[in-house]
Order: sequence, then C-alpha cells, then structure tokens
Amino acid sequence: MIFNFLNLIFQIQIKEGKGPVFLVLVLFICALVFFLDKARKGASFKIRKIAGLDAVNEAIGRATEMGKSILYTTGLETASHIATIASLTILSRVAKRAARYGTRLQVPSFDPIVMTLSQEIVRESYLEEGMIDSFRKDDIFYLTQEQFAYTAAVEGVLIREKPATVFLMGYFYAESLLLAETGNSIGAIQIAGTDAVTQLPFFIVSCDYTLIGEELYAASAYLSEDSSIISSLKAQDFGKALLWIFLFIGSIFTFFGSVKFLSIIGGSS
Amino acid sequence: MSNRGPLAVAFIAGMLMIGDYFLDWGPLNSYAEWVQKYYIIIAAFAIVLGVASLFKLHLGKLKRKEDGWRYSIVTFFGFFAMIVTGLFMTSGDLTGTKHPWNAWLYTNVQLPLGATMFSLLAFFIASAAYRAFRARSLEATLLLLAACLVMLGQVPILTGGVFESLPEIKQWILDIPNMASKRAIMIGVGLGMMSTALKIIFGIERTYLGGSEE
Repeated sequence: MIFNFLNLIFQIQIKEGKGPVFLVLVLFICALVFFLDKARKGASFKIRKIAGLDAVNEAIGRATEMGKSILYTTGLETASHIATIASLTILSRVAKRAARYGTRLQVPSFDPIVMTLSQEIVRESYLEEGMIDSFRKDDIFYLTQEQFAYTAAVEGVLIREKPATVFLMGYFYAESLLLAETGNSIGAIQIAGTDAVTQLPFFIVSCDYTLIGEELYAASAYLSEDSSIISSLKAQDFGKALLWIFLFIGSIFTFFGSVKFLSIIGGSS
Repeated sequence: MSNRGPLAVAFIAGMLMIGDYFLDWGPLNSYAEWVQKYYIIIAAFAIVLGVASLFKLHLGKLKRKEDGWRYSIVTFFGFFAMIVTGLFMTSGDLTGTKHPWNAWLYTNVQLPLGATMFSLLAFFIASAAYRAFRARSLEATLLLLAACLVMLGQVPILTGGVFESLPEIKQWILDIPNMASKRAIMIGVGLGMMSTALKIIFGIERTYLGGSEE
C-alpha cells in the first residue's frame, strides 16, 4: 500500500511552465507562515498610511452627520473574482462602522450570488455591533447583469437618494467613469478601489480617494488593525523583494547578452 | 456559531484548486473541471434570488407609492415583455431569442439604451479631463503634457517638421513610462491576489463568513 502511494506521488508532475510560479508560491507561503507566527508571538508591524482608508471613518461620519446614506458597490464581477472577494471583506468593515453610527447602507448588486453574500456579511456586521434591528435586507438588492443597465440603475439611485458617501470597490469596466462622475456631480465623498489598471485613471480623476491595485487587497488588513491579518502584507513585501531580486539579476544577465537566467526561471528571451 | 466547518471547506476546496493549477494529475484535474461546471449551475439558480430581490424591491415601491414608483411599472413591463416573448412565444423552438418580437425588443430597445449609456462616456471624459488637466502642480502639468503628446500622436493633425516625430514620441510614452507603471501596479495586484487567496484558504481572513474575526 505504501509502495502504491509512493508510486502515485512520483507519477504526479508539475504542469509544464508552472514550476517557477510554484516555487514563488511555496516561498510566499513560507513568508506568510513566518510573519503570522511573529504576529502571534506579539510582534506588531508598521504599515504605511493609506489616505483612502484613513478617510473611511471620516466618510461614514460625514454621511451620519448629514443624515444621508452610504452607497457601496462591489463592482461588475462575480463572487469567483478575487477583487470582488476583497471588496466584500471591506464591505464587512464598512458595514460595522455604518451599524455603529446608525447610518443607512445601500448595496446595489450586479450578481445574485454577490448580493446574497453581501446581505449575509452586512447582516452579521449589524449583529456583531448589536444593531440588528437597524438592518434592512432590502437595502442590499439585485439590479441586473447587463453592464449599462446596471450603470443606469446605480446612477438613478445616486441621483434620487443623493448619498453622502460612495464606495466603488471591486472590478470595473467602462462604467467606472460614468459612476464616479455621477457621484462627483451630487457632491458625495467618493472612495474607489480597483485592480483594473485601465480604469484607475478615471477613478483618480473623479474620486476623492483611490485605492490603487494592491491597496484594494491590503484594505481589509489595514482596516482590521489585527496584526495577524496585517502580517500578510509583510509577506507581500517579501514577494516584492523577491521579484525585485529576480528582475535585477535578470536585467544584469540580459544586459550581458546571456539568456541562461531567463531559461532557468522559465521566461522567454 | 462555529466557523470550523466552512473554514475546512474553504481550505480543502482552495488547496484542491491550487493543486489543479500546478499539478498534472487526472483525478484532480477532473475534480476541478467538475467544480467549475457546478459553479455555473449554481450561478444559474442564483438568478432566482436576484429576480426575487428585484421583484420585492419594486413591488414595495409600488405598494408604498414611493418617489419614482412609475419607473417600477416600466421595470415590470420590460421584465415581462422579454420573458413572454423569449420564453413562451417560441413556436416550438426553445431558443426563444430567435422570435422576431424578442429580437425586435433586443435590437430596438435594449441595444440603443446600452449604447446611449456608453455614449455618455464622451461627455464625462470631457468633464473629467478638464479637472485632471488643470496645470495646478508639477505632476498635473506633466500629465497634461503627456496627454497632449499622446493625443496629437494618435491623431496626427499637425504634419511636417517636428510634428513628424509625434507618433514616435507617443509610442515611447506608451511603451516605456506608461508600461513600466502599469507593470508595477500589475505585480502588486498579482501579489495582493495571491495574499488574499491564501488568507482565505488558511482561514486568516474570515470576514467573508459574515464579519467574524475570531
């Protein structure tokens, strides 16, 4: 039986071209475990200030003071998209603060599964804050899976309800500027975050604060202020340092006309 | 409430999908294919939840005669028009979208409405560009300069002399500083994705389970 098991193990091979990525993943997991262990032993990690996330409390407070609502959209992707998952983790933090301040939170959804997840996440957040009576399930609603129909519907909500604060977090396409400019026109404080590189300029121009690329993924850890979650950001820094070393060595090798390093790490010349 | 069960499911499912991405092993690869098929099926059923939410919201608006309740009538009209022509007026052909009424509604109502929304982008780009291109700081001035060069290089109205090299300047801006910044962001995004995925698989990040951090 042991022989059969070992035979099976040796039969399994890493897919062609995936070796270097696998190595990076293993190193990344090692770094994650190392920093997590340090965090559990009481180490605290310093992370740089992210203006957009520092403004979350201020933005929710503004809505509370004005007696207006907060609008939060998770973007135009499904629950299987990692940016949507990151957005949902931020939604949880925002919902907790909104519940604490007694501010209405509206979440128009593009995808029914994301809507169901959002409803559960917001409900749990209200429950944890002891404000379950203020939770309004109908404020987390489904609109449509048609891109511009969704845009029109969210713009309609923005114009009619005039929320004081708008969060645009997740993956967006061409509708990013339409939503952000409409939010801007109603005078809402807007915090956007996306990993869609092509849409970032639109958010930067139209929103008060923009989380650029990885900041969207760091947001949940940043807002949690929990050192074990923040430790993952240190693992990301380790990953960046590793890539920087690879880039540096690769550049030197390529500069001298050698493609050996590139062929070792599975790149093309 | 104990989160151990969902955390275990997330861990096992996540590890198996990672395994499928990296390993060439028949049973694992078939499992991943099976999971992806089931995701599509579940997503199709989830639309019922979405439609129920939409109905509840608009019925409530109609009942309470809230501001803009007339728009809810338009929503119901559009919804039932597409359902009836798409699902029931099929003349035996179950691919209902072939019915001329359904196709007419799609071509003459849905498509132009979508195109109208999309065309609004031109006006919004103009207003956003006006704000972004005001040369109030060094960065904004550089942005303005780069944008002018790229636009002129893209649509070469001015020709001859120094203007001949505008397309080359545009290409250099796009290929070197622009591409370098894009790739830097993309590397950060890649690491962020990996980190988020691992945090969820290992149960470090639990907010997706409904806010609990314990």
